[in-house]
Amino acid sequence: MTPGATSGPASGQPEAGHPEPPRQGSQPEPGCDVPLLRLRGVSKSYGAVQANRGVDLTVMPGSIHAILGENGAGKSTLMKMIYGVEAPDAGQIEWNGAPVALTSPSEAGRLGIGMVFQHFSLFDTLTVLENVALVVPGSPRRLAARIATLGRDYGLQVDATEYVGALSVGERQRVEILRCLMQDPRLLILDEPTAVLPPQMVTRLFSTLRVLRDRGVSILFISHKLDEIRELCDAATVLRDGQVTGHADPRDTDTRSLTRMMIGRDLPPALPAEPGGAEGAVQLQLSQLDWTNPDPYAPDLRGIDLKLRGHEIVGIAGISGNGQSELCALISGETRLPTRAAGAIALRGQSVGAMGAAGRRALGLAYVPEERLGHGAVPEMTLWQNALLTAQSRGLTRRGMVDRRAALRFAQDCIAGFDVRTAGPEAEAGSLSGGNLQKFVVGREIMLAPSVLLVEQPTWGVDVAAAAEIRRRLIEMRNAGCAILVISEELDELFEICDRLHVLHDGRLSPSLVTARTTPEEVGEWMIGAGRPDAAPAGKGGGTGPARPGSSGTNADRPDTARPDSARPAPSHPDRSDPAAEGPGAGAASEGSDHAV
Amino acid sequence: MRFELIRRDRASLEMALMAPVLALLAAGLVSWALFAAMGVPAGRALWTIAATPFSTWYDFSEVLVKTAPLLLIAQGLAIGFRARVFNIGAEGQLLIGAICASAIPVLLPSAGSPLLWVAMMALGMVGGAAWAAIAAFWRTRLNANEILVTLMLSLIAAQILTYLLLGPWKDPMGMNFPQTRMFQPGALLPGLLPGTRVNLSLLFGVAATIAAYVFMQRSVTGFRLIVTGTAPRAAGYAGVSAARGVWLSLLISGAAAGLAGAAEVAGPLGQLQRSISQGYGFAAIIVAYLGGLHPVGIAVSSLVMSAIYIGGDNAMVFADLPQSAVLVVQGLLLTFYLIAATFVRYRIAWTGTARA
Ligand SMILES: Nc1ncnc2c1ncn2[C@@H]1O[C@H](COP(=O)(O)OP(=O)(O)OP(=O)(O)O)[C@@H](O)[C@H]1O
Ligand SMILES: [Mg+2]
Repeated sequence: MTPGATSGPASGQPEAGHPEPPRQGSQPEPGCDVPLLRLRGVSKSYGAVQANRGVDLTVMPGSIHAILGENGAGKSTLMKMIYGVEAPDAGQIEWNGAPVALTSPSEAGRLGIGMVFQHFSLFDTLTVLENVALVVPGSPRRLAARIATLGRDYGLQVDATEYVGALSVGERQRVEILRCLMQDPRLLILDEPTAVLPPQMVTRLFSTLRVLRDRGVSILFISHKLDEIRELCDAATVLRDGQVTGHADPRDTDTRSLTRMMIGRDLPPALPAEPGGAEGAVQLQLSQLDWTNPDPYAPDLRGIDLKLRGHEIVGIAGISGNGQSELCALISGETRLPTRAAGAIALRGQSVGAMGAAGRRALGLAYVPEERLGHGAVPEMTLWQNALLTAQSRGLTRRGMVDRRAALRFAQDCIAGFDVRTAGPEAEAGSLSGGNLQKFVVGREIMLAPSVLLVEQPTWGVDVAAAAEIRRRLIEMRNAGCAILVISEELDELFEICDRLHVLHDGRLSPSLVTARTTPEEVGEWMIGAGRPDAAPAGKGGGTGPARPGSSGTNADRPDTARPDSARPAPSHPDRSDPAAEGPGAGAASEGSDHAV
Repeated sequence: MRFELIRRDRASLEMALMAPVLALLAAGLVSWALFAAMGVPAGRALWTIAATPFSTWYDFSEVLVKTAPLLLIAQGLAIGFRARVFNIGAEGQLLIGAICASAIPVLLPSAGSPLLWVAMMALGMVGGAAWAAIAAFWRTRLNANEILVTLMLSLIAAQILTYLLLGPWKDPMGMNFPQTRMFQPGALLPGLLPGTRVNLSLLFGVAATIAAYVFMQRSVTGFRLIVTGTAPRAAGYAGVSAARGVWLSLLISGAAAGLAGAAEVAGPLGQLQRSISQGYGFAAIIVAYLGGLHPVGIAVSSLVMSAIYIGGDNAMVFADLPQSAVLVVQGLLLTFYLIAATFVRYRIAWTGTARA
């Protein structure tokens, strides 16, 4: 460990945190063997649910420590206690060897603890800058400058003047991380920070975290992506049912053993989806869809063409903030087109551009949005009421009245069918762990038996076993004839389940790429706008990552989908139904991309 | 010692029930100090406000008379409030309702039907709803804030009332008082408890309570309204129309206020006067919140608020309290309730040391 080493991107940070002498003089000098943080026998229960029982945890200075566990294991709860948001029922927390009572986040902040929550803690109606200014002292001008420089150095670019409400989930995540880093924490708690970041940003984030670690900052890192943990962390504590079930050094423990420690069994091997085979009718069609964003800093959608058939899963890759949220809102009906442009969106043969969300649902559309709290579910309402939110047509109402019994039954089926860990259908949605709420929302929409399913980030925050299960369900639905559109930043996932892929960049959609005949590298080029021969200079919007995604390590070890030659970016095919298209035209596209970079 | 608010895991039921009680106590305490500072015998004034409304049957019947409009209006307002549609102008809708209802006996003084009041009630509801619809229209068309629009419409309604009472509708035999002639018997609401002024309008309030309960706790439309209020994005996601929520909220609360106005002129007053309302439209806002926006809670809080009205009247007579003091007590009550209600969702955490 080289304390004070200021190398790499973080050297641009004006008041870089050094492992300075302890801020409280009364405490013993933190040597290398005094843990920075130590938990002894910490327990916490919510009513009948025991979220943590007797947890011991030791975090050394300058260590990146992973917390592993399936959904609902108690990871977030434990972190909230360390950050002073929740009070433990029993047990002790020691900081630098001295017991502390953490009663509030500001108390934790004074000790030098910073946290990025799994669910965001930003104010939608304030700008990025104002949100930062709420917790970081300094004049607006200086803060804006720091946001810009740190964002550049850490690869976490955001527009400081943008309102948070207008940001995508991925962009909000960047703000959260940036804001936390600006406070120079000595212990940084990151609760699933990478769930909604694209691979190239994950790579940048990791190098930032390593620099921080080398300066003596400790990091508590939660993620369901075991590869990430093995790449980054030097210690791991595994939780199950609120209890510590093991410790491991992730650098020399393989994914399989880590999985077994987490869920107590082996995961069935992930099979790449067989191609659907049957060719269904076109269920959703976008034709030259144009949409001018009322927000001048967010991307417009331009000339989007997309055909989605039954019996297929089509993925839309791309870095969030390139028009994903806008596209989803247009497809779901939360944003409507003016009547004269209504024909740009056709759902099951009917032009629906000007129709509201309810009408489209009635036509057989279901939708899982990326933000589950407040969008896909009402956190203050119970699960059965949240079932009622979109499943009314499934017999949950009778003559205009709520059929509470039926709603309870529906919620109960969803809980059982998708292994949602919760006290029951009467639990408030906001009390569920992040992954469990995700399972509930996905389950609810699947249970609607839609003909067209639009899914954003299907496995956000879901543990490995549950993610595999969700993917299996999606493939099952496809085989039964459903048309599924998946929007995700996770290339691995898209490659695993999709028959075809598009890439959304700066409001434009790439031509269709057949998954089996494309590569992550080619998709990556489209993601940074280089796939298009006429790659225009990035217009407005799109705080996109600069790194070339092809170099990201996470793509290398994904299950090998049927891919004939992965040596060089294979030329793509505009459509699956036209396999003979392998020719100079498609080749030229990727040639041109090389020049455009 | 510093403190901060920490969000609770779940809404605290105890706190939800305690909040109105705490608000009453705190409002009582501060009023006491205020009265004392004014040189009024504070203990006696408070005692008069709190106890006299229940001391005699007559006083209590007067409490019920005032409960009726408060209950009716508050039930309507609470529906909108839960959808986050803030109709602050129930006062205006009440006045318009009263005016519309009065049109029948004023313009048809010789109509002899004993059921004239039925038409009056209907007209009152329509009038109140129409007045509120103006705000709904501008809100959904131009996104004009309904708080401001409804509030300003109340001022206009008051001017219309004044104009009618000083001009075309003034009772020619009324010695120039700004009021209409007394209504004929068929235009009066039947009494409910003989010997008192309690009339059918109390039943309207009770019916509104039951209807509000069924609507908000059981019906799909009510559920959707609540979703619009708690999570607007989730409402859009589920295909619940925000504009429909605005219309529904304002029409319902306007109709309820209009009916209350109609029932006042056809009930205790028997004519259209300038002082038909005594601020019921505004007090009902307090009633709705004190009742936790829940139909059953509102039934209780409307009784409490009405008792404060009667008690305040009595205190004016017996304890020499100025009329505005009663308004102050009402205002304190709302303020303290809103403070206490925060703790339903939040708790206080004390941080031992001051910030370095
Ligand atoms: N506010 C709450 N009220 C009631 N139960 C809660 C509350 N918060 C968490 N729980 C319960 O505590 C348990 C642990 O939740 P926690 O959020 O810590 O899980 P997690 O390990 O972070 O899961 P995930 O991977 O899904 O984020 C869950 O069973 C959850 O339902
Ligand atoms: Mg969690």
